[in-house]
Amino acid sequence: MTKTTETTTTAGSAAGRAGPSTDGRSERATDGRSERATDGRSERAAEAAGQARRSHVPGDGTAHAAAVERARREMLSEARPRRRTRIGADVVCEALIRQGVDVLFGYPGGVILPIYDVLGEYPELRHVLVRHEQGAAHAADGYARATGRVGVCMGTSGPGATNLVTGIATALLDSVPMVAITGNVPAALIGKDAFQEIDITGITLPMTKHNYLVRNADDLPRVFAEAFHIARTGRPGPVHIDITKDALQQETSAPHPSEEEVIAGLPGFRPTFDGHPRQLRLAAAEIARARRPVILAGHGILIANASAELVEFAEKTQIPVAHTLLGVGAIDERHPLSYGYMGMHGWKHVNRAIQSADLLIALGMRFDDRVTGNVRTYAPHARIIHVDIDPSEIGKNVAVEVPIVGDVKRVLRALIPLVEPVDPAARAEYFAELAEWRRESESASWHGSGAWRDGYLSADYVVSRIGELTNHEAIYVADVGQHQMWLARYTGFREPNSHLSSGGLGTMGFSVPAAMGAALGRPDKEVWAVCGDGGFQMTMQELATLVQDHIPVKIGIMDNKKLGMIRQWQEIVYAGNYHSANLLGPNYLKLAEAYGIPAFKASKPEEVDPAIRAAQAVDGPALVWFEIAETQNVYPMMPAGKGLSDLIERWNEPEE
Amino acid sequence: MSADPNSNGRAPADPGAPATPTPTGPATPTPTGPTPAASAERAAPSPAHAAPPERAVPGSGEKHRHVLVAIVLNRPGVLNRVASLMRARNFNIESLAVSHTDQPDVSRMTITLYGDDVAVEQAAKQLYRLIDVLKVQDVTNEPTVEHELALVKVRATDRTRSEVIKIVELYRGRIVDLSADHVIAEAVGTESEIDAFVALLRSFGIKELVRTGAVVMSRGSASIEEAIKR
Repeated sequence: MTKTTETTTTAGSAAGRAGPSTDGRSERATDGRSERATDGRSERAAEAAGQARRSHVPGDGTAHAAAVERARREMLSEARPRRRTRIGADVVCEALIRQGVDVLFGYPGGVILPIYDVLGEYPELRHVLVRHEQGAAHAADGYARATGRVGVCMGTSGPGATNLVTGIATALLDSVPMVAITGNVPAALIGKDAFQEIDITGITLPMTKHNYLVRNADDLPRVFAEAFHIARTGRPGPVHIDITKDALQQETSAPHPSEEEVIAGLPGFRPTFDGHPRQLRLAAAEIARARRPVILAGHGILIANASAELVEFAEKTQIPVAHTLLGVGAIDERHPLSYGYMGMHGWKHVNRAIQSADLLIALGMRFDDRVTGNVRTYAPHARIIHVDIDPSEIGKNVAVEVPIVGDVKRVLRALIPLVEPVDPAARAEYFAELAEWRRESESASWHGSGAWRDGYLSADYVVSRIGELTNHEAIYVADVGQHQMWLARYTGFREPNSHLSSGGLGTMGFSVPAAMGAALGRPDKEVWAVCGDGGFQMTMQELATLVQDHIPVKIGIMDNKKLGMIRQWQEIVYAGNYHSANLLGPNYLKLAEAYGIPAFKASKPEEVDPAIRAAQAVDGPALVWFEIAETQNVYPMMPAGKGLSDLIERWNEPEE
Repeated sequence: MSADPNSNGRAPADPGAPATPTPTGPATPTPTGPTPAASAERAAPSPAHAAPPERAVPGSGEKHRHVLVAIVLNRPGVLNRVASLMRARNFNIESLAVSHTDQPDVSRMTITLYGDDVAVEQAAKQLYRLIDVLKVQDVTNEPTVEHELALVKVRATDRTRSEVIKIVELYRGRIVDLSADHVIAEAVGTESEIDAFVALLRSFGIKELVRTGAVVMSRGSASIEEAIKR
């Protein structure tokens, strides 16, 4: 079955390459990559890249991808010839393949070894050996966010499992579909404080959508089918499966259930997908009455794949679209109705529009405190239509006038015919005012700071150059902190799922491993991990994974030698008491060199473009060290506890 | 909404006024949009208050006792999930009674808690998110029979025993255990009836008290279990 389809290969690491073949994976596994030629274009590296990319199904939704999926399903309905009996670990691998998993991120350990013992017999599954389980969880998360498919990570009992916890929590807060697999000690030892035993299901209980402890191999097919169904259905989220070692080793002939059987077995899980017709009519009436409406687009738009519906709805009703941090990319920022990023570090003009709106149409967002500020003064004139698939999000943080529970894509499809088309001229006055606010706020932004004129590198300049030189088509993975805000504000996003960011949990260390997952999920895309020096140092052990598995992630470190956001808060809120804000970092060029990753440095504005281009030219991972201005702050800023109208735009305290 | 929301917050274009980027003070919840001149101009919907009322924070209303009934799948850990969720979401469970139903794989929980209507609705919605929860119903304002059972071990010497027994009988309770200087009294009733019962016995000296927490059932032919989502 060797059928390799070579397609276009252009300069740059993320050239589109599609191929349905699934062979040759076992060779790849033994193929040592640590001595990769440094010119980056050697045959071997190119071949390795080809193999790495061949394991995926690019071009989701195309006929070709559908054919691959079909072939995979047929293959799986046949019994796999084995020279041994089928054990629980086989069920795990079969179930993963049945669910369309092509990559999983994991780290072996004592009790999960039965899976690793059979994994080699399933070449459809590419296992990426991470350097720390947290990296596995974030990578699965990044894979899921970039592809919309369920990400899978795996760890052993005890410390392996607890190391996954941060990544699982990150996925929960941002509604990312994920299945986390852990091993546990044999059932007879549970509760005996055995070696590497911890009550991990007790730990993950409040931070998963659902979790399981499996003690019997016969339960595994059902549990896996349920887990994937739960993880991706309705509001997505992480599901954790803890499996005892003996369950992995038991023989079993239990069949895999069909999707119908799974649904029938989950009577307590019936998400509502279609909006209630009466609520839709109420919403249409509100929209018809509104004179200053604003759409608030959230992550739900991306999850539901509803960008097209959002644009159609906004164009028909002529309503400007503001977006949340995780809603970046819901609408092309060049679209005339795209108004920008809202919230604590959002654009002033956007927050101003929200504060003066008479109607907010919230689509797949949850009125997080970073979006609303003080709820009492939030959008004081606005009535609110709130669409969310999770009923518990409605009325949780703000009271709303028209709640609509449903999948935002289906709700918008049903709502669009109910609303009257609006002539843009009818909103001319409103739009003129919004445009005026926008001009004013953008001219006062960091672009006008002038830091770059004094030879300093300003972070907004760096991220806007990264956006420009990648043609705004890459996937940009943010870490957490100041650069996360600069990235969201200044990069210029055009497409859904092109911006990945740990919004809810705010997990520092997210970007490099998540970018790793995104790069494996979307081999057709260039992937940039943009991180601060603090976040990078939290998970930089994954550099070795990037090299060993030849994952072409470009890392841009915004190094201000500080915990910048901490420093900013200390400057503004804590009277300049800069305790623990200074951060020593290594020489990142030497660090990257030690891992065999080509690295480049930019300390002046004119060095930025060459450094980015050099990184792009590398076939494989590359790192760019941006030495940015050390005391640059993110403005505007909404102090905690204040409202959206209380943005700080500059701070006049003398610099340290 | 008595006021027309559309005219409120409307900021007419005022080319004469300079653009003022100064943020409004924290005390004024007016939108940043209108300049002072513009706010004076705009037709206030109600002259009594130019500034709109503050937006209510969900859950900040008046607290009172609620009774929730949750129908759950009888799976390992389901009680832990419910308890953990209530803790994590900052709801304080007043009492919790769990038992089987007539269906072998289904259990029923009766949860009493204090909170305002919005907060308790939020608790119910959060419970609904649990995969093992089939149905949650707030029966506070519905016609129900609500009972709990209490066992009270109360001091009863030869001198006081007859008085204790009289009180117990008045409350339609019964003595279920008798020893030289103690009795165990059993009573069934609503929470407030049991409270009163216990209060009366307290003067004799309560050695031990246990209450099951309330269980409720709808009156008439209505059934909470009837429409479970399966």
